[in-house]
Amino acid sequence: MSKASEQTRTIAVDMVARVEGEGALRVTVKDGTVEDVELRLFEPPRFFEAFLRGRHYAEVPDIVARICGICPIAYQMSAVHALEQIFGLRIEGALRDLRRLIYCGEWIESHALHVYLLQAPDFLGYDSAVAMAKDHAAIVTRGLRLKKAGNAIMTLLGGRSVHPVSVKVGGFSRVPLRGELERLKDELLWARDAAVETVRWVADFEYIDFAPDYNYVALRHPDEYPLNEGQIAASTVLQISPNEFEQHFVEHQVPYSNALHCTLQGEPYLVGPLARLNLNQNHLTPLAGQVLADKRIALPLRNPFHGIIARSVEILYALEESLRLIEQYEPPPLPAAPVAVRPGTGMACTEAPRGILYHRYQIDGDGVIREAKIVPPTSQNQSRIEQDLRQFMPRLLSLPDKEAALACERVIRCYDPCISCATHFLRLEIERE
Amino acid sequence: MAAIRIIGLGNHLRGDDAVGLLAARRLRQKVGHRAEVIEAEMVGIGLMELMKDVSVVILVDAARSGLAPGTIHRLDASAGPIGGRIFPCSSHVIGILEALELARAVGALPATVILYGVEADNTEPGQQLSSAVAVALDQVVEQIVQECDADHARISSDDASREGC
Repeated sequence: MSKASEQTRTIAVDMVARVEGEGALRVTVKDGTVEDVELRLFEPPRFFEAFLRGRHYAEVPDIVARICGICPIAYQMSAVHALEQIFGLRIEGALRDLRRLIYCGEWIESHALHVYLLQAPDFLGYDSAVAMAKDHAAIVTRGLRLKKAGNAIMTLLGGRSVHPVSVKVGGFSRVPLRGELERLKDELLWARDAAVETVRWVADFEYIDFAPDYNYVALRHPDEYPLNEGQIAASTVLQISPNEFEQHFVEHQVPYSNALHCTLQGEPYLVGPLARLNLNQNHLTPLAGQVLADKRIALPLRNPFHGIIARSVEILYALEESLRLIEQYEPPPLPAAPVAVRPGTGMACTEAPRGILYHRYQIDGDGVIREAKIVPPTSQNQSRIEQDLRQFMPRLLSLPDKEAALACERVIRCYDPCISCATHFLRLEIERE
Repeated sequence: MAAIRIIGLGNHLRGDDAVGLLAARRLRQKVGHRAEVIEAEMVGIGLMELMKDVSVVILVDAARSGLAPGTIHRLDASAGPIGGRIFPCSSHVIGILEALELARAVGALPATVILYGVEADNTEPGQQLSSAVAVALDQVVEQIVQECDADHARISSDDASREGC
């Protein structure tokens, strides 16, 4: 605790709005310089890794889907890939395509919510989506319809849009008929055009000049923009298999947060749309490339505030990819490949909307989970958010406390943090000495 | 399609926060074809979608204003924004009142939106309904049945008079 003095000022914001979950930020400023930044995620620990121990492997997709109301597919996908590795099962063809399609649905839904309702008000000068909607009703309506297009994919393939139930080890409990997917097409074509407009809209926002030196970390795949699989790559030379994740990425506890911090070779790194786009720009579609070129946006993007552009480009990508997958879909002979249970340990990394999501499971010969480890994207970004704030704070010191606090919130929102995934409301305190 | 939609909100796993869902389940048996009934757990912004294509929406949820547990609030959201913070804060980014205001801002709010709130006592995970809320559940169901009957009669007479034109 800093010493109380005439120069000490404390700024407290009860809750940073428009983030998922509860947490607090404490910034200590001493003699005009930022001394300490602590992002405290005090969402109670949720013990999912412990709940999983002793459960049958087949229950895992339904249990992990409950970790997040926004990105349940990500949890299900990392889980089934890790478990299938144990069973020596590789899912190809139409089942692989359907997994990619449902993941696209989740990206569209999650990204549209963040772009339109959570972050856009920051750029347009509103304190809430409701206030923004009063002046920009048509735009907000477009965003809601985009989100709904993603939901429609998740509902059809997952059985329901919240906590989907159809994903299982080996495939799905039910796969759609061709006609069912065809019926999504008209709305997805509308959504693709709306996504182009979204990229153009956010490209015209005013961005402050801020470019930290990021180490981007994302999956890379030789043939496609990564969703379900790939090697873990960093802007440094790292290129590893998901099996090697724990050899390079280290989780450690900090006394002030219920979420573990994760570092790569002892340093913070960045996961999520910005990292993914920068490391996978060669897999963008011609249309996405054209829209970026029209707006004179050159990759890589180095400003965290440009995350809204990356997210919008990924909405466009996910829609084009969904249409492609629907076009070539022929129902598989079986909704799921047969599973031969054997003991072992399996790991997988997939690209959740907010970045790479690592799962590891150890199971016994009866298919019962003996150990589970889950590393969500927000805990990986936690150190990087603190680092950004350390770098961003000096330019805020001359501002009144309330404005400085709001600016910190805007930096945090660039990350679309899902605090409930990582371990929920963000309180902000700035101590000045 | 029924012109009235009853939407029960809440979380089955958190004690008194289940009251809206339980009310909806009972109402489904009681209102018959006069209204469509939906149980919507953890709905967030999805509430906007659930209010589409219908002229009367009756919402029922747990509330927390500091009044005695079991107290029943009846608020008319169609008349204007519901002030204060009486509905349990959603841990998710968009709560029920924000979803209602967003719908109003983009012109998607049904003509009539009535929000029933039952004052909660215990909303800890894994708890049963508290005794005061269990009593209030019976009352709020009866109140909504009566409101639904009145709305249904009004809509039917409006339709009849239009047909007569």
